[in-house]
Amino acid sequence: MSTENNAVRIEAKNVNFYYGNHQAIKNMSINFYDNKVTAFIGPSGCGKSTFIRLLNKMNDLVIGTRVEGNIFLDGDDILDKKIDVVKIRRKVGMVFQKPNPFPKTIFQNIAYGLEINGERNKKKIAQTVEESLRKAALWNEVKDRLHDNALKLSGGQQQRLCIARCLAVEPEVILFDEPCASLDPISTTKIEDLILELKKQYTIVIVTHNMQQAARVSDYTAFMYLGELIEFGPTSKVFTVPAEKKTEEYLSGKFG
Amino acid sequence: MKAALPPPPSKVTGGGGEILYSFKERTIKILFTVLAFASLFFLAGIVFVLFKESLPLFSEVKIFHFLFGKHWYPTYDPADFGVLPLILGSVWVTVGALVVCVPLGIGTALYVYELASARQRQILKPVIEILGGIPSIVYGFFGMLIVAPFVQKLFNIPTGLCALTASVVLGIMAIPTVASISEDALSFVPSSFREASFALGANRWQTLIKVIIPAAASGISTSVILGMSRVVGETMTVLMVSGGSAVIPGSFFDSVRPMTSAIAAEMGEAAVGSNHYHALFAIGLILFFITLIFNAAAEMISKKYRVKLGLDR
Repeated sequence: MSTENNAVRIEAKNVNFYYGNHQAIKNMSINFYDNKVTAFIGPSGCGKSTFIRLLNKMNDLVIGTRVEGNIFLDGDDILDKKIDVVKIRRKVGMVFQKPNPFPKTIFQNIAYGLEINGERNKKKIAQTVEESLRKAALWNEVKDRLHDNALKLSGGQQQRLCIARCLAVEPEVILFDEPCASLDPISTTKIEDLILELKKQYTIVIVTHNMQQAARVSDYTAFMYLGELIEFGPTSKVFTVPAEKKTEEYLSGKFG
Repeated sequence: MKAALPPPPSKVTGGGGEILYSFKERTIKILFTVLAFASLFFLAGIVFVLFKESLPLFSEVKIFHFLFGKHWYPTYDPADFGVLPLILGSVWVTVGALVVCVPLGIGTALYVYELASARQRQILKPVIEILGGIPSIVYGFFGMLIVAPFVQKLFNIPTGLCALTASVVLGIMAIPTVASISEDALSFVPSSFREASFALGANRWQTLIKVIIPAAASGISTSVILGMSRVVGETMTVLMVSGGSAVIPGSFFDSVRPMTSAIAAEMGEAAVGSNHYHALFAIGLILFFITLIFNAAAEMISKKYRVKLGLDR
């Protein structure tokens, strides 16, 4: 499927996921490639967010769930019960729908991820904070007020801070769960530009309700419907000549 | 006020309906306004009485002497109205009670929040509420019959009715206040903070210590202040278990007479209009100010907390 021969970073095989008796993900298999952005689209409740939350084991926090199948990352099976959750989450970072900085200073927000990893060197921490903020295109806006409470920032700045916080722990994969859902158009553009910049270094998976956004930022698009992966392929192809009727109907707004 | 009334709805009720509607509306509004201001009225009345009944004392006893005098001999001739022993009695008992209720209350809150299973939570929370609803006289019994003899034997002291016993019993009484308000504060921390922390690879313990507790810190301090407020104002229990000597305490094994129990014990024997009578009201005034300060502090802290968590936007 990959025409550019990028290495596969994550390989999901026959994944099923249940909330109690309700099956939210049905036999899904999909690959995510290095330095590519893969977008998940589909109507609300189709399982997009549930699926990407499997990739960093966030669904472990939800009681009464069950999962089957395999998701391989660097040879480890993420779904293996014995896997080190902390190790997976450090490799697979996540940016949430609503910006969720901690009620701490801007500096502390980013330093947190380093501190919990046991980093004590103050110089190294300060350096990483700056680097992460630069990568998240936020440094120039906050460099003079690193010790202000992060909640004083605007929504868009908060979201970029969350991205910087995620970058600081040096993940390999970054999951974006509708990162622009609560942002204005200008902030949205900034986040999208950032995603295009970040893909040079990371594997990126993004869930979005906004089909134009998927078209703008992604290399691959996965269309999900009622827990199933209906279509997956290069974005240019999925959006122009979809192979499945359902995909075409969704893209043309027949349901949503 | 008229402008604030909403326009009456369409005239479906027919002739006279509109007038009836606005009459009802107005009556209800006035009724609730009166009810709402009633507590303000009562507060003003209480403050007025406290001042009116305590001020005459200060024409005979200097305020400084009253507050810092070391001897409380209200029935001697000449009488001495130094309230310091009573204030210190309250302070010792309150500090002691904090030592009991802060770790137990916050510990309970942390357990219920973080570790308890849904079932345990279902049992623990109502039990804590019930503990808070037990009448203080029952705590008094418990203190006299169980804690005091135990303390007496354990430390081999002449009487178990002392500051330590009062501290332990009052501390237990204040646990529900501290525990339930702290638990509220913890569960008020948005779950998004938790998710963010986990997503960065933090474990449960790191998340609790470094994210959840700091975010709930102001709410937890509020719970401690309100617990203190409860302890300082508590009367019946201290009257029963603190021993009752109006002497500056030297240790937790000394018998003490906190301010509240002094008022309760002496009001019956003080002749109305006497200096002693006015002095007891003046103690009431001190208590009023202490709890006022505590409550204002709690209010200020919890307001700051809401702003800090971005809940006020």
